[in-house]
Amino acid sequence: MAEVTMRVWRGDPGGGAFTDYTMPAVEGEVVLDVIHRIQAGPAPDLACRWNCKAGRCGSCSAEINGIPRLMCMTRMDSLPPEEPVLVAPMRTFPVIRDLVTDVSFNFEVAKRIPAFTPEPAGPDGTHRMMQVDIERGQEFRKCIECFMCQDVCHVIRDHEENKRAFAGPRFFIRLMELEAHPLDTLDRRQLIHRDMGIGYCNITKCCTEVCPELIHITDNGIIPLKERVVDSSYDPVARLGRRILRRRAPAPADDVAVKSAGN
Amino acid sequence: MPDYQTHDFDVVVIGAGGAGLRAAVEAKERGLRTALVCKSLLGKAHTVMAEGGAAAAMGNVWPEDNWQVHFRDTMRGGKLLNNWRMAQVHAQEAPDRIYELERWGALFDRTDDGRILQRDFGGHRYARLAHVGDRTGLELIRTLQQRAVSLDVEVFMECKVLRLLKDAEGRVSGALGYWRATGDYVTFNAKAVILATGSVGKAWLYTSNSWESTGDGHAMALWAGADLIDMEFIQFHPTGMVWPLSVRGVLVTEGVRGDGGVLRNSEGRRFMFDYIPAMFAAETADTEEEADRWYDDHIDNRRPPELLPRDEVARSINTEVKAGRGGPHGGVYLDIASRRTADYIRRRLPSMYHQFMELAGVDITVEPMEVGPTCHYIMGGVRVDADTEATTVPGLFAAGEVAAGLHGANRLGGNSLSDLLVFGRRAGMAASDFAEGRTGTPSPLVSEVERAIAEAEAPFDRQDGDNPYQVHQDLQRTMQELVGIIRTESELVQALDELDKLDERARRVSVPGGRAYNPGWNLATDLPAMLTVSRLAAKGALERRESRGGQTRDDYPKADAELGKVNFVQRLGAGGAFTITPAPIAAMPAELQKLLEEEPS
Amino acid sequence: MSTLEDVKPVPVSLGGVRGGPDVRTLRRDPWWHFPAATVAFLTVIVTYLMWAIFQNAYYFVGASQHRDLISPFYSPCIVGSCVPGAHGTFLVIHWWMWSPAILAAAVPAGFRLTCYYYRKAYYRGFWQAPPACGVADGHTLYTGETRFPLVLQNFHRYFWFGALIFNVILTIDAIMAFRLPGDGGIGVSVGTLVLVVNAALLWLYSGSCHFCRHFCGGSVDRFSKHPIRYRLWKIVSPLNQRHMEIAWASLFWVAFADLYVRLVASGVISDPKLF
Repeated sequence: MAEVTMRVWRGDPGGGAFTDYTMPAVEGEVVLDVIHRIQAGPAPDLACRWNCKAGRCGSCSAEINGIPRLMCMTRMDSLPPEEPVLVAPMRTFPVIRDLVTDVSFNFEVAKRIPAFTPEPAGPDGTHRMMQVDIERGQEFRKCIECFMCQDVCHVIRDHEENKRAFAGPRFFIRLMELEAHPLDTLDRRQLIHRDMGIGYCNITKCCTEVCPELIHITDNGIIPLKERVVDSSYDPVARLGRRILRRRAPAPADDVAVKSAGN
Repeated sequence: MPDYQTHDFDVVVIGAGGAGLRAAVEAKERGLRTALVCKSLLGKAHTVMAEGGAAAAMGNVWPEDNWQVHFRDTMRGGKLLNNWRMAQVHAQEAPDRIYELERWGALFDRTDDGRILQRDFGGHRYARLAHVGDRTGLELIRTLQQRAVSLDVEVFMECKVLRLLKDAEGRVSGALGYWRATGDYVTFNAKAVILATGSVGKAWLYTSNSWESTGDGHAMALWAGADLIDMEFIQFHPTGMVWPLSVRGVLVTEGVRGDGGVLRNSEGRRFMFDYIPAMFAAETADTEEEADRWYDDHIDNRRPPELLPRDEVARSINTEVKAGRGGPHGGVYLDIASRRTADYIRRRLPSMYHQFMELAGVDITVEPMEVGPTCHYIMGGVRVDADTEATTVPGLFAAGEVAAGLHGANRLGGNSLSDLLVFGRRAGMAASDFAEGRTGTPSPLVSEVERAIAEAEAPFDRQDGDNPYQVHQDLQRTMQELVGIIRTESELVQALDELDKLDERARRVSVPGGRAYNPGWNLATDLPAMLTVSRLAAKGALERRESRGGQTRDDYPKADAELGKVNFVQRLGAGGAFTITPAPIAAMPAELQKLLEEEPS
Repeated sequence: MSTLEDVKPVPVSLGGVRGGPDVRTLRRDPWWHFPAATVAFLTVIVTYLMWAIFQNAYYFVGASQHRDLISPFYSPCIVGSCVPGAHGTFLVIHWWMWSPAILAAAVPAGFRLTCYYYRKAYYRGFWQAPPACGVADGHTLYTGETRFPLVLQNFHRYFWFGALIFNVILTIDAIMAFRLPGDGGIGVSVGTLVLVVNAALLWLYSGSCHFCRHFCGGSVDRFSKHPIRYRLWKIVSPLNQRHMEIAWASLFWVAFADLYVRLVASGVISDPKLF
């Protein structure tokens, strides 16, 4: 009978190592299935996160053969059969145990994003938006918060200290969603520039490569956001144009800053 | 005994799916000290799996739609066993809850004039489901999550609640749990507790539910002395994946049928035309031509039988497969490839496309999907007051799937997401009222805490007990085989017998390792709740000697008019035994009764 | 303007222990292929470019050879030393004594240097920041594009406007290349096609630029109120998805066009007339 060998990293903040588990191969399985069989058999205490097992919730992120992937959406038959399958926890976040990491960094960043602030509703008490107005935002709202883009991003993966200054790809698409929202009234560009650290991104696109929802994080999210920040911070022509035309009066940056500091 | 930390709050919400988040938002907006406690990370709750949409009679697509029609559809779908007041409140308030989400940042698909688009779903007379492609649940949970974060609700993630705690006067005054990351225990003292713990599906083998759906809230409410009703009504969603085996049960949205997909057996026949029940004959098409015309013209045509309520469709699929007209993996075919363009399918059903492509290697724009029923939802649950979601125990509230009443014997697709919003908010309001009116500091009995911790610790002290995974698998097999979609007395009796044995085994499980993020131990602490709800379901199914909605009895294939007037109430009796008693359903006011009797124009 | 003091740090505790082994990468696939190929291609093309720019000869095929072909690196030729016929007409810088290509290529080079795609390519290939996804970048300190000189990448848009001027000039060059003096007057040679394709690829490259997309409609929040900008954005967006391919094609072609002109001008090959 065919077998598969899973080389799973096991450990905690005190240290750890890879442990091999050889299991019978079963047709149609994904990596998470084999992990579950390991839990039900040789290692009931093997820690991993999972919820929906259908690629919807973004819980089971791990690094499979060195690449961040959802364990529930990685079919065993897509991996090279001749070598053990390496399964390691996400590298960017502190480990809790085995494949489980402490992703609270992401929840801290989320708290600093000023909430959606819509313009007043229309006469019937509802808002009107055209489908073309929301399609950009809908792409970003496909995000399942698996945090693999945050994991793969070398800005924080390789430079722990940057976590204080850099929000990461997941939050740039959230910010782009808000910035491009047809009803939103806040201008978050100074915040994005100064506090969210968009300048740290050097658009090497690994976030886009690992996104399980196939969101064009860089091309549709980060770069358009960088261009909007250029409008407000590096483009005297655009500034002058705005002043003359008085079109989109930027909200005082302090307002936004106060709001984010309040969290 | 291990130490534990204690937190004080006004309102503690257990469960961070749609109902829990909505309740926490409400309590926090009221200015109360609010905690949200959840077993997973924030935003991962099973609500993200909801696909099709949230039903609300906004009338954006069909101006003929209104709350009265929605009320009627809900009651008929629930075989009139619903709590009429809940169905009324739900139908009336759902549109406001949807618009509210939009104000908090949700981006629903739009109509051509810029309003919220609504889609067709089984049992709904008009296109009524506000949706975002086939990932509406994600939109709902993310919007509520972001709202909760912006209000600074305190969230306790990956914290499993073991027991509700009561004070000397019998009021619920808090809860005991442990942090999954460390295994350290924690108690919450609260003036009011809201249960929003979702489903029980993980007691079955083939289920669309995530690991979290272990019936914690149902069981904890029972243990705390609350009434549960109608636990036999379990919805098997007609279309779950059947192959590969590892994904068996994963949901295939009803939106596939709402958007034009049809069911065929291995002979290629649209078999649903053979299963139209009398109750729905007047509004269901009896020819393929009429059914196909309906998608464009709801007024002059009747709806396709594929869009009958879920219980009807699930039973029909079950019958077809049993008659040998199923596919190679024991399902039937759900075909949208031959009926809609590839572009349309990818746009309307992107997640389905992705899911089948990645997990089964099936391109749904080219081939049909093979599908079969999967355990999806429990209509029964904690008995609550229709307006306040208060349970029968003071200080305890329940909303969402853990509560019962709205859906009666069968839930219509799309009514769950709106249920979460409407009753999540109401539970938040009523719990806030209760907390504000409650005097003194909540002081839960410490003896309760000690007993529960000792029980949770026990698996570590045993050396050669059963593996909790093995007990869980055996439970799932038992429930799947004996308390499945079709039930019969002998099998239910056998199930109760098996459950006794499983109870024994669960009391003897042992787990290796420590308390820090130990899934084996976590499962061991989930088992008591799963066993409890399994027993409630089996006992309810045995007691209800009729077929109705989510309860189909081989030995009582017809609905019994007398049983259609009662809920079966289960509670913990003296000595720890469960008691089950029928309780009459409250009479409906005449004006609502009239809505049900009116034939659709 | 921003200073580092303005930055409010994310309240996270740093220095948690990470899981997995302390190795550069766990990847076992040949991840170095991509950065290595990028480095190799860019090195070859940039080396050739440098050589071509500083050669200051054989960049124009004039009437003596019955053609009007100018290397894209040397157009517009606006210094006193330009060969006759290749001269600019309304602007001549007489004090400039170096290669005219330095002036002509500076803006397009700056445009490519600050291009979002090339940034990815050279950050990954040359700076190794990171060399590939999930492979450690190996730098002790990383500040991205927040400080001088990389903060200047934000001026990409100015190069874009400049590049448009050059696109116009090179388009005129391509039109002029239809002149075959003494060889039928007007016609099409291989050289004509080379310059026409060159101009077309340059327009595509500028048109697929991320700033162009922003400028056309990306900065608009409510597309339904700006139908024309939305339509432009819808045209540019699919091009933008192909920006990488277009960037490579146009870079390769511009070097090839120079090489072709150079070979004809130096008499190594002759430019065949097609019709």
